[in-house]
Amino acid sequence: MADTADKAAAKAAALAGRMTDICGAPNVLTDPLELRTYECDGLTSHRATPALVVLPGTAEQVAGVVRACAEADVPFVARGSGTGLSGGAVPHSEGVLIVLSRMRDVLEVDPVARRAVVEPGVTNLSVTDAVRPYGLFYAPDPSSQVVCSVGGNVAENSGGAHCLKHGFTVHHVMGLEVVTPAGELTWLGDGTGVVSGYDLLGGFIGSEGTLGIVTKIVVKLTPAPEAVHLVLAAYSSLEQGGRAVTDIIGAGIVPAAIEMMDALSIEAAEAAVHCNYPEGAGAVLLVELDGPVAEVEAELATVRAICDAAGAREIRAADDPVQRAGIWAGRKSAFAAVGRLSPAYIVQDGVVPRTALGDVLARISRLSEEAGIRVANVFHAGDGNLHPLVLYNDTVPAETEAAEVLSGAILDTCIEYGGSITGEHGVGVDKSRYMPKMFSAADLETMQLVRCAFDPAGLCNPGKIFPTPRLCGEVPGPRRAPHPIVAAGQAEIF
Amino acid sequence: MLSQDHAVTLKALAAACPELREGADIDAIGDVVPGFVAWPSGTDQAAGLLRAAAEHDLAVVFRGTGSRLGWGVPPDRCDLVVDTGRMDAVLEHAAGDLVARVQPGAQMGGVADLLALAGQEIALDVPATATVGGVVASGLTGPRRLRYGSPRDLLIGITVVLADGTVAHSGGKVVKNVAGYDLGKLFAGSAGTLGLITEATFRLHPLPAARRFVTAEFVAPTVGCDAVAAAANSPLVASAVELRRAAPGGPLQVAVLLEGSPDGVAARAGRMADLLGAAEVAPEAPSWWPGPLDFTAAGTLIRVSFWVSALGRVLDAIDGAAAGSGTAPGVYGSAGAGVLYLEFPPGVAGVSSFTGALRAALDHERGGVVVLAAPAAVRAELAGHGGMAGRVPSLGLMRAVKDQFDPGHRMAPGRFPEVI
Repeated sequence: MADTADKAAAKAAALAGRMTDICGAPNVLTDPLELRTYECDGLTSHRATPALVVLPGTAEQVAGVVRACAEADVPFVARGSGTGLSGGAVPHSEGVLIVLSRMRDVLEVDPVARRAVVEPGVTNLSVTDAVRPYGLFYAPDPSSQVVCSVGGNVAENSGGAHCLKHGFTVHHVMGLEVVTPAGELTWLGDGTGVVSGYDLLGGFIGSEGTLGIVTKIVVKLTPAPEAVHLVLAAYSSLEQGGRAVTDIIGAGIVPAAIEMMDALSIEAAEAAVHCNYPEGAGAVLLVELDGPVAEVEAELATVRAICDAAGAREIRAADDPVQRAGIWAGRKSAFAAVGRLSPAYIVQDGVVPRTALGDVLARISRLSEEAGIRVANVFHAGDGNLHPLVLYNDTVPAETEAAEVLSGAILDTCIEYGGSITGEHGVGVDKSRYMPKMFSAADLETMQLVRCAFDPAGLCNPGKIFPTPRLCGEVPGPRRAPHPIVAAGQAEIF
Repeated sequence: MLSQDHAVTLKALAAACPELREGADIDAIGDVVPGFVAWPSGTDQAAGLLRAAAEHDLAVVFRGTGSRLGWGVPPDRCDLVVDTGRMDAVLEHAAGDLVARVQPGAQMGGVADLLALAGQEIALDVPATATVGGVVASGLTGPRRLRYGSPRDLLIGITVVLADGTVAHSGGKVVKNVAGYDLGKLFAGSAGTLGLITEATFRLHPLPAARRFVTAEFVAPTVGCDAVAAAANSPLVASAVELRRAAPGGPLQVAVLLEGSPDGVAARAGRMADLLGAAEVAPEAPSWWPGPLDFTAAGTLIRVSFWVSALGRVLDAIDGAAAGSGTAPGVYGSAGAGVLYLEFPPGVAGVSSFTGALRAALDHERGGVVVLAAPAAVRAELAGHGGMAGRVPSLGLMRAVKDQFDPGHRMAPGRFPEVI
């Protein structure tokens, strides 16, 4: 097997010459040390050194690179900024890593149409920066938006704190120019968001780089809200905070964001950024309201009353951008901040129906106690997207294992309550083993029909999302003799 | 079909779905009369039906109330109509989660009434008699497209039955969910050509407490177009910006819908009226408000999609195409969202040359000109003017998707004009 792997890696490396013709020598990396710098994305627990790294500068170069891979039967993986949290950009060790970070131009802005066309390497926040002078912004705002790429956002269908009200990437992308896994440039959608034929655009967004590579993105821009108010409410317990959230939703209000943090994550954030959240709080609730002045004023009064009625120890409100940023800083620092509490941590991304949050948090607390592993909870309380941060000491093998078992138990709980294993980070390599717990064999096989339509050769980011690949081009109907690849133990038929 | 085959097929279908009868003239789609019509009670019976249909190589078309079966192109063949009328329940309404799971045969008006009891809605403006399955499969969208999008934007989970009887799910019951591919996006707007939707889960929105319509009329087209864009782009957050122009060169009527709290809406309506200049504010829609797209007539319905910044050029192009073809169509629709519709009564000459001329004039613009419905004579003429669909990007990929989901091409064959 090692021999086969070496041969395959050699085949990929042999493409270096052709890639140099396409992208230019400085944009083709073969040095082993340079290759290793691309061995993982934001999920550092999964690593693989690619056989070759190329950095194309144009859509035509991307197409040429992919065509070269397709002709040589070499797998390839696309990478934006490498900030993903599910290992979607982990390279294939016998393949080519195609890095899109050189393609970072905002190509067109039409403020009257509220549309812009950007290259995939453009960072999420720089889209907003480019359109802010027109009173517009790009709504999907993952916490990593300073660094993460719009191409990556497309791959993961990224959300962010404001997606309950403002939607996900799929609601804000009106067209995509993509390179198909065969190496052809084509458009999905026509840039208007009105679909003719099949909604391939909608199917492609969130497909985690397995159906092709994005080279141009037509984004919808949102008018900057007239008024933005942020309310911070401190509670003695998560249950109290949860009650406030339930009542806010029950009052017919859809806040722009509702976030909750527990005592442990508050402690971490305080140590990291000195956000000065109310001392001794068992839970902190952040509720952001945005919209026309007249509506926000009314909602603000209602939200304050509800927070108070739920037993808030302290309520603060801010409408000034600097003050708001100060309050948000605590929440946004949470993931990085827990690094102070613990040498290592696992970030989870499960979702449960919002009404089940109380029960699920109680279950996580019990599981955590039983395992003797601490969990800091940060979550999008409005849509039930949890980010339990499972803290452990990675120098202690028993703790590492206990942390992974606990993480799995948390995801099992999410599935049990009718939720999802991933709200925004994607499946990637990290959660593919949980897919059969959430979906039936028929579900997974049907999803892979889409993959077979786009990528019959199975070269485009293989090994991601689905635990075992479906063989494309099979004759449908009852199976007879086992397929040779199945017989060789390299794939399963569902 | 030979009568022996017919009897065998009848038996096989009836075994899967007892609610079955022979097809009759009233079931005709175009001039294709199906051999059988079946009413499955749920996903299991639907799966059994499609398995039996596969075994007997039957072409299948799915039907809600049938109001839009006349859109598009009649199927090449149709042996079995699967009617969703018995699958008409709201299976689950989790008000606290703003989620509802519905069967495809449920009519949108009934669903709306039920959800309204909890002060919630599926934010789609569609005719009350349209079925959930029909709305999703056709992508039908009304004025509030501007704020809420189309059915695929509100769909968070789906159960489908494929051509071979496989039952598959994607998405789920939570709004935030990126696990796996989103089959719901592919099935939305697929007009029944990929399989049958047997359950659809939607995210809901709170019903607004109050509404106001701000209306204005513009004689000068550039001023009117600027007003449409200004309204759509305003931080006053319009739910809809609709346009009507009764005839080429005529004045533009613009109406903006604002939704929210009573005081909030009143304040915003006053400011929107100032923005449009010389506008009226009313709690009810103007008489010409397009409302849900309810075209079931025998004529031609054309949809134009564009970037709002091109609205003036689109109206000019319509004028030019009208003059050149000797037609004078009115135009209406969600101009603020980049969508307009044109209707031609049956028997009007020049429809296909109008369409061809309009497509040529808008060739360099983003968007397209699609003929959603047309009588047979017009459909035949359209072949020389870009067909029903006009230009469709990535046609090859669409065909590849179709081949994977329905290798036998038995799901509404020929239905997606020029595409499948």
